[in-house]
Amino acid sequence: MGGYFDGTGRQPAAFMTPRVPSFTDFLSAYAPDLLPGYRGLGGGSMPDVAGGGDLIKNLPHATTIVAAASERGVVLAGDRRSTAGNMIAKRDVEKVFRSDEFSAMGIAGVASVGLEFVRLFQVELEHYEKMEGRSLSLEGKANRLATMIRGNLGGAMQGLVVVPLFAGFDEDAGIGRIFSYDVAGGPYEEHRFHSIGSGSVFARGALKKLYSDDMQVADAVLACVQALYDAADDDSATGGPDLTRGIFPVVATITGDGFRRLPDAEAAEYAQQVVASRMRSPDGPPAPLRTAS
Amino acid sequence: MPFYVSPEQAMRDKDDYARKGVARSRSCVVLQYTGGILMVTPNVSSVLHKISEIYDRIAFAAVGRYNEYENLRKAGVTYADVTGYQFDRNDVTARGIANWYAQTLGTIFTESPKPFEVEIVVAEVGARPDSDEIYRITWDGLVSDVPGFVAFGGQVDQVSAVLKERFADGLSLTEALGVALSALAAPTAGAGAGAGSGGSGAGAGSAAAANGEAGLTAAQLEVAILDRARAHRTFRRLRGARLEELLAESRAATAAATAPPEPSAPAEEEPGGGPGSAAAPKTSGDSDEPPTGPAPGSKDGIPRPPAK
Repeated sequence: MGGYFDGTGRQPAAFMTPRVPSFTDFLSAYAPDLLPGYRGLGGGSMPDVAGGGDLIKNLPHATTIVAAASERGVVLAGDRRSTAGNMIAKRDVEKVFRSDEFSAMGIAGVASVGLEFVRLFQVELEHYEKMEGRSLSLEGKANRLATMIRGNLGGAMQGLVVVPLFAGFDEDAGIGRIFSYDVAGGPYEEHRFHSIGSGSVFARGALKKLYSDDMQVADAVLACVQALYDAADDDSATGGPDLTRGIFPVVATITGDGFRRLPDAEAAEYAQQVVASRMRSPDGPPAPLRTAS
Repeated sequence: MPFYVSPEQAMRDKDDYARKGVARSRSCVVLQYTGGILMVTPNVSSVLHKISEIYDRIAFAAVGRYNEYENLRKAGVTYADVTGYQFDRNDVTARGIANWYAQTLGTIFTESPKPFEVEIVVAEVGARPDSDEIYRITWDGLVSDVPGFVAFGGQVDQVSAVLKERFADGLSLTEALGVALSALAAPTAGAGAGAGSGGSGAGAGSAAAANGEAGLTAAQLEVAILDRARAHRTFRRLRGARLEELLAESRAATAAATAPPEPSAPAEEEPGGGPGSAAAPKTSGDSDEPPTGPAPGSKDGIPRPPAK
């Protein structure tokens, strides 16, 4: 692959040229074929093969992600199922990732492209941090992710849709914040809670009833696990807690102490608590019909 | 009309030029301790770093002209990030980066009219002390693999001599910092005593160094570690209160140790073929140079310590 040396035997100019400290920008000039989606290949066109639509539909898709702001932090959680058409592609897939010390992202949509985005975004944030000696602001990170998602618009038009949910701790403001996206980019800042993916309508409905302002982190985690249970209850593409195999949602908290992915045992505890309560009331905790005034 | 200059002469001139530039800077010390790799250099600036992170387990330390080594640092970070993104994070190695630097510096030295006035070290912390790697790369692209410890830049002979005498395997972080500080203080301390010639000079240097150490405060030092125990990104800067604390501890320990002078065994000698041969010609060059050149030292943002 060209570019390490610029052909004349001189120093590797590509690496030594002063530039904006963005890894994605560097890659798009240096090795565009490494970018996710089809950006590098002839301006976003994909071979038009008969049955291509079915092919993409049958790629593994990641499903539901929920996020909820808590007191001095934010919780991000995702179920473990990926589906290929009407089949379950994988039951223990991970869709919630650490993007840096104070942020995390969840992905819904085509799993393979989504994973590439996660990897690229992780490197992007770390690259900036190492080049500049400081972290990007939370808005900076959210905007950067928007540009990357927009870059995949060509792929999205062909069916390779990836939509992230980004959550992070704003060190300046001391609060957790949530950003959502569409296939053309974003970001849209969400307040209190949000969900994406196939089961998101059910999850958001559940969160709407369960969420209260300034929840403790542990309560926000429980609300997210409840919401995922409700999503799995009504959406075939979302997986519920798998007690027989011991597969439970991936839950991450981002607070002033940084990113923390709950250990499996801790996530299992929350999930089992939810399952136990659903044994008694299958539709979950009822919300009061009238608000106390 | 161009004059003919023989290649030997041209290379020698470039080499002298770069060597003088590097010798005007302050020394930097990189050494192993049980928990990882410690890097120490005098630097009053808290934002213009000489020691930086390259990748998860790899760090970069440099002396010389800031703009030149900063450019190299950024190129190294980019090279590492591209490699790690393309393959896997474990596939980024200090050896690969050191080779890349050697290639780059070698090309610049040969082809550009002005060579880079830098000397750099790339260090990688392994799972165990015997898998640590430290590479030293000079302005002409010469790369050497140094076991255990290395001093470079500035008055490298005197610093190296103390380092060699006092370094041992299995140092704690505090002990390693003490060794590094006494080594860095050697040129100032030894200036009066006339230290720095061979083995006997080294002894005098380290004895005098114990006094000179007090000259360097936390604010005048840049200290960083590659912490073996950490997962993912192992690079950590030690500064502020944490550094003050460590400095106090190491000085207390040094004071206690110097009362009955401990016969420290230099556990690892530099191999004859590698850095020894690279350093050998510099010996004569360095000692001929006045330690305080006019501009570049202050360009670097590094004032001389008060001569006490």
